[in-house]
Amino acid sequence: MVEHGEIRVVHRGGSKLTSRDPVFSSDSRFLLCASGECVKVFSTSTEECIHDLRGHTELVTGVLLRPSNHLQVYSCSADGTVRLWDFTDGILIKTYVIGYPIYSIYASANHEGVIFLVTPAQSDKRSEMFQLVAVQLPQSGDQLVEARELSAVLSDVSSNPAAIVFGRGGEYIASANGLQLEVYFFKKQKAYRFPLKEDNKKGGKNTFMCVACHPKDDCIATGHEDGKIRLWRNFNHKKEYTYSTLHWHHSAVSSLCFTPEGTNLLSGGIESVLVQWRYNQESQRDFLPRLGAAITHIAVSPDGALFCTSHSDNKITIIQSCVKVSAVIQGLVKGESVRTDLMMDPRSKSLVLNGKPGHLQFYSLQRDKLLYNLDIVQQEYIHESGLQQFEVVKAAFNASGNWLATVEERKQKAAELELNLKLWAYDEQTQSFVLNTTISAPHEAQITAMCFCHAADSQTTMLASTSKDGHFKAWQLAAQAHTEDEGPSWSCDFVGAYHDLVPECCCFSADGSLLAVSFQEVVTVWSPASWELLTTLSQPPGAIRDLCFGRLSCSKYLLGTSANNLLCCWNLLTCSLEWSTSMDVSLLLADPLSENMAAFCCQAGCTDLFVFKPSEPRPLFSRKEVCSGKVTRAVFAPREEMLESCEESSQWLNHSQLYFLTQYMDLMTFTTKAEEDRLMASSKQLVIDDSVAMTPFYLLLGKHRQQENQDSLGGMSAERTPLPQGSVAIRELLQTPAHVLPSTSYLCSMFVQSLLISVTDTREENKHTEEEMESEKEEEDSEGEMESSTRPKESLESEATESAAPALTKAQARELRRVKKLDHSWLAGLLDS
Amino acid sequence: MGEFKVHRVRFFDYMPSAIRAMAFNSRTERLAVARADGALEIFNFADHYFQEKVIPGQDGRAVEALCWVGQRLFSAGLNGEITEYDLENMRPRYTVEAYGGPIWTISSNSQGTLLAVGCEDGTVKMFELLDERIRFQRNLERQKGRIISLSWHPSGTLIAAGMMDMIRIFDAETGHATHRLLVERGAGASKSKEVVVWSIAFLSDHTIVSGDSAGKVQIWDGLTGTLVKTHLVTKWDVLALAVSQDESSLVAGTSEGTVVQFQFIASTVDQQDKEWVRTRTFKNHSHDVRALAHTETAVVSGGMDTQLVVRPLLDKVEKNTQESALRKIAFPHRSLVCCAKKAGLLLFQFPDHLELWRVGESDGLGKPGDSLPVKRNPEKLIQLKRKGEDHICCSALSPCGGWLAYSTVSAVRLYRIQYNNISITKVSKLPKDLRSAHQLCFSSDSSKLFASSSHSSVVIVSLNQLECKHLHTLKPRSGSRQPVHLLFASEDGKWLAAANADCEIHVYNLHKLKLHCTVPVHSSCPTAIAIHPVTSNLVVVHADQQIFEYSLMQKEYTEWSRKLQKQGLHSLWLERDTPVTHISYSPKNPAHIFLHDMFMFCIIDQSLPLPEAKTMLYNQMTLRSLPEPERIRHSHAFKICKNFQHLLCVSLLEDHSLVVVERPLLDIMSQLPAPVRQKKFAT
Repeated sequence: MVEHGEIRVVHRGGSKLTSRDPVFSSDSRFLLCASGECVKVFSTSTEECIHDLRGHTELVTGVLLRPSNHLQVYSCSADGTVRLWDFTDGILIKTYVIGYPIYSIYASANHEGVIFLVTPAQSDKRSEMFQLVAVQLPQSGDQLVEARELSAVLSDVSSNPAAIVFGRGGEYIASANGLQLEVYFFKKQKAYRFPLKEDNKKGGKNTFMCVACHPKDDCIATGHEDGKIRLWRNFNHKKEYTYSTLHWHHSAVSSLCFTPEGTNLLSGGIESVLVQWRYNQESQRDFLPRLGAAITHIAVSPDGALFCTSHSDNKITIIQSCVKVSAVIQGLVKGESVRTDLMMDPRSKSLVLNGKPGHLQFYSLQRDKLLYNLDIVQQEYIHESGLQQFEVVKAAFNASGNWLATVEERKQKAAELELNLKLWAYDEQTQSFVLNTTISAPHEAQITAMCFCHAADSQTTMLASTSKDGHFKAWQLAAQAHTEDEGPSWSCDFVGAYHDLVPECCCFSADGSLLAVSFQEVVTVWSPASWELLTTLSQPPGAIRDLCFGRLSCSKYLLGTSANNLLCCWNLLTCSLEWSTSMDVSLLLADPLSENMAAFCCQAGCTDLFVFKPSEPRPLFSRKEVCSGKVTRAVFAPREEMLESCEESSQWLNHSQLYFLTQYMDLMTFTTKAEEDRLMASSKQLVIDDSVAMTPFYLLLGKHRQQENQDSLGGMSAERTPLPQGSVAIRELLQTPAHVLPSTSYLCSMFVQSLLISVTDTREENKHTEEEMESEKEEEDSEGEMESSTRPKESLESEATESAAPALTKAQARELRRVKKLDHSWLAGLLDS
Repeated sequence: MGEFKVHRVRFFDYMPSAIRAMAFNSRTERLAVARADGALEIFNFADHYFQEKVIPGQDGRAVEALCWVGQRLFSAGLNGEITEYDLENMRPRYTVEAYGGPIWTISSNSQGTLLAVGCEDGTVKMFELLDERIRFQRNLERQKGRIISLSWHPSGTLIAAGMMDMIRIFDAETGHATHRLLVERGAGASKSKEVVVWSIAFLSDHTIVSGDSAGKVQIWDGLTGTLVKTHLVTKWDVLALAVSQDESSLVAGTSEGTVVQFQFIASTVDQQDKEWVRTRTFKNHSHDVRALAHTETAVVSGGMDTQLVVRPLLDKVEKNTQESALRKIAFPHRSLVCCAKKAGLLLFQFPDHLELWRVGESDGLGKPGDSLPVKRNPEKLIQLKRKGEDHICCSALSPCGGWLAYSTVSAVRLYRIQYNNISITKVSKLPKDLRSAHQLCFSSDSSKLFASSSHSSVVIVSLNQLECKHLHTLKPRSGSRQPVHLLFASEDGKWLAAANADCEIHVYNLHKLKLHCTVPVHSSCPTAIAIHPVTSNLVVVHADQQIFEYSLMQKEYTEWSRKLQKQGLHSLWLERDTPVTHISYSPKNPAHIFLHDMFMFCIIDQSLPLPEAKTMLYNQMTLRSLPEPERIRHSHAFKICKNFQHLLCVSLLEDHSLVVVERPLLDIMSQLPAPVRQKKFAT
């Protein structure tokens, strides 16, 4: 991607969690998975995301626990770096620059200080050949280390990370590629190759899909395209090797994994059933069916207590070893295509689009978390290919988010098109959408566009829909006349047509006083109050593709794009063309919070982006080659807090963020340097005491307790401001990761000193300077992680000057500690009630 | 290749019998196979799996187990008798009653001194092996419940016996049971059913492997009598076990038709302690696998579906060689069909009866490939039931159709057939020398009957309306004791060729009634012989697919044969896995030789050049598409037709029409009883 100023196109939010297999921490409390350009740390018990390990500038392609330190993790990325993290605190420890795109990473305890990477065969970077290289990681104190000493181990390996695995104790490595299994013994430095025929007599495909090695025995399990699992033994012989075959899966085995003791083998595939085979008792199997979507990866925690399966619908399921699902981590569900537009739910500020079949998903981009699924079709989905079932094709929210309109359709061959328009009201009590009206067959043909009237102040809500049957209809909420007990429901208010032409798009103006409907190359403007055709605008040739009213100060403009590579801007006051320019706009989008409009133009297989104001001739921002392929779905997501960017080119990102879906269903967005820095900084703050997983309940409780503590202390003495807890030393003690702390004896004196009362008079001044130093130190904290080991010395020096602690006798201190430990929440509850 | 009117005969309802037991003699590389009808077959694994000998069955003799002791072969059956076979005369030598009820199993110790049989009444009976016979020695401690399977420890001091619900280990010297291993019953509904230990193997490291009716293969420690490991192999029964000579691999045959291999493998690469691990599964049978043998390089299995399957172990053989190919032996390697060329009659041989058919007729003319309308349907003229208990071992029909002969191990019977109002009369007085025959053959003018007798001798009997007279007994000079399995009398009545299991072919001059010559002995057994009617050249095809032509006049190989040997046969020809069972000649074109095996028939045109190694062997289809001049350039001596499959006989009639007797394997399959029910995916 070409750098343009400071604005970058990044994966942020909604990225794939299941591109690589997740990794359990050694105590199986955390689950690490590669997600877009960061590594996410989830809690296995609460499903909550605890940290984002940010730093890579391209997709993360592998996560691996450091064999020599179970609190550290390697991640590799297509940006050619391997980074070492402390994942409990989310700190980047080291960056190794390799210089080639990396596709997967392997390591073994047997190979100290060496990691194995899959990189493109060096001769040419574009080729489809990959090789496995060993990289000796240099021992250096620097944070950024160049590691360019690569030695090839295996050539011609698969880029699929599941196709390479270390064997028992790291003595050998097994790699499967196509129809060949290769086992390389490190001690003997000898490779054995075992080829298979392409297909057997019964037409089964023998292509290798994945490999797993038994942790104790010399047994390699391989999964194949025809659903067979082969267990290879005696593979240190060219000829006397042997294998047994297990067959349960009916299509390709996509993942295999042995449990840590090697007693079980787990396998999964498209059947979305987790199969557990007993090792050496293969006729005994356990199944965990109905996992929802095809299994792509399986991982097992080092203690064997938890399994996790990644699924093709961007979901990670955590399963207890008694084959019971204990947690589900759900990312943004992305199918092959999005039929509905990308939308923002005005209430929850979440992204709304097709999710599971027949559902709409509400996805919070800020928290990067699926909020909930709304079942639109309300029919059982049958998992069978070739079956035509109801699909949600259109959805729209009104401005306040009170109403949601959805269109579902089913097109069966030979049968008539089945259409349903459903209107959902937001129910404050249940905090979800409740079906209000179902209009079956609202139109006679497919609905091409649908929009709500966006006027926030208008009493009546109006919905316009256009269809291929040549009509556009306006729907209005009206109280039911004859049945009093039911609430108001939706009914058709107006049916409009224009010269038997097919309407393509419709758009309400910002104040709701105008409705523009395009009939091929003609734009008709109607008044919703009287349903009068006010004017027609037309710029032939070329049918109108997109229509958009300007916002705020530009609300007098109507913009349209035509199939004939024309972007036109009409002035509605003069009813004339204000300006037009020739560009092939695939998507035109208005920012609801500003005058800005975004146009995605497709040119030579790439998409360019222009952001402009209708009133100004110059674009605010333009970017060539945003991504390859055509962008047809995008949305402006309002920011939670505004950015204070003053640079002209990035001002348009202040109010809202632009998200778009690429051809390959990647959700991308634009970010500025400042924003990235801010994010990076926040991720490095040691905020969460990780002894308790960060759950909403914890946050609630924790806040409550903090307040209480402060209150109670504040009552005791107003002067004693620097509480022991708040002092630098204590904070150091509590918040520095345990493995970088100096010995306890060393800390002890420091701790005791911190409790001492100073006798100096210049307390105020001291305190002042102290505070300054503290804040400085805070910054240091966030910047230099590696220096943490040297820090105690400095802090000791600073501690020496510190004498601001108020007088506190031992007994008092003990009492204080006791009070702090006590749970006063019941008291608070009593007071509240 | 010429055009022929083809009688496509599909009314021979030949049904092979199920395979019951198997024993492999690794020293002589002979496999003995016992079938359900009591017939015994000996296959020579050293000579391309050729079916060397067939000992016909007998009513009431069902062989349950087989056992080799050196060169001697013993069988035991549910009739309670132990039988030793005379492999030279292809008949049972003697039978010994064991007096223990039905015998389930027989096993000899590795020293070859003792034979143990397991009986229905719960006794293990020991027989001493003497030079000429066996003698009862003693009973081991009697148990409750039948003894189903037996296995000797290689040291000969211990015997493991599989019974109902348990395994017993006996001390062979004292006769006392030392261990009792209880075998668990199947789960669920079969809990109340006794579990049968169908098969057992005692390995030299005192490991006992058992296969039982609950579908388990269990590994036991024979020293302590403890269960080491259970492999649940099938939902049904494990019927057979076989262990390789070096005890590194064992196979188990199941009711599902699968053969499961276990290997003795170290679990980690450099460690020494090994364990039995289930590895491969072979599925080559549709029905029960009743019998198994583990040779050095292959697993041999047979069962209810009557086929003998040789599955090479790919880790033991070179890849892509003839040895590495899977072989299925479905049909006997000898002819069951006799064709009277002049009369257009076919004689089909079944174990217990003979059928005489007249082929149909048609006068229509058609394009090549058309099927002609049938004017007269084929007609079954005679169905002749055999007399006595013994099954038919060979039969013959004279070329004129007037004589019919068959033989059992005990007697030869000759019949005279009249066709005007079909009648059959038995020739009552047969010469004494004609007691039993291994092979029968009529001379081309139907005036003589040739019968091969013991010690490779051939008895000549002259036939006429009044009496049958013993003319002469021809004896080879070599003194071979092996039986003659092929006889061929030349068209002109001058020559008789006889091939025996020692691979010798003797040619006799019938005018002089003495041995004319002996064809140089080839290492492989002859599978078909014929003498050319015009040139008197003897053509021999061997089990290794080699073809020789021997001139009886010059007593040397002909020029064509030398050329063929020099150039070598085409590799595809050599790769075929069924032997040629018939040779015949065309009276129209003396250069044509007709051969057939199970999957093809071939006309060798001796006037055409031999195929080069690189040319296509099966080129009939491509030749047809080529223009005339090209065709001549590309054609070679071997013209192969695969239109007809699973051939039992191809013969040329007098009127130059071809009789093709087919027995499609699918028909055989459809006549088998239903296999055990198996859940099939997506049904």
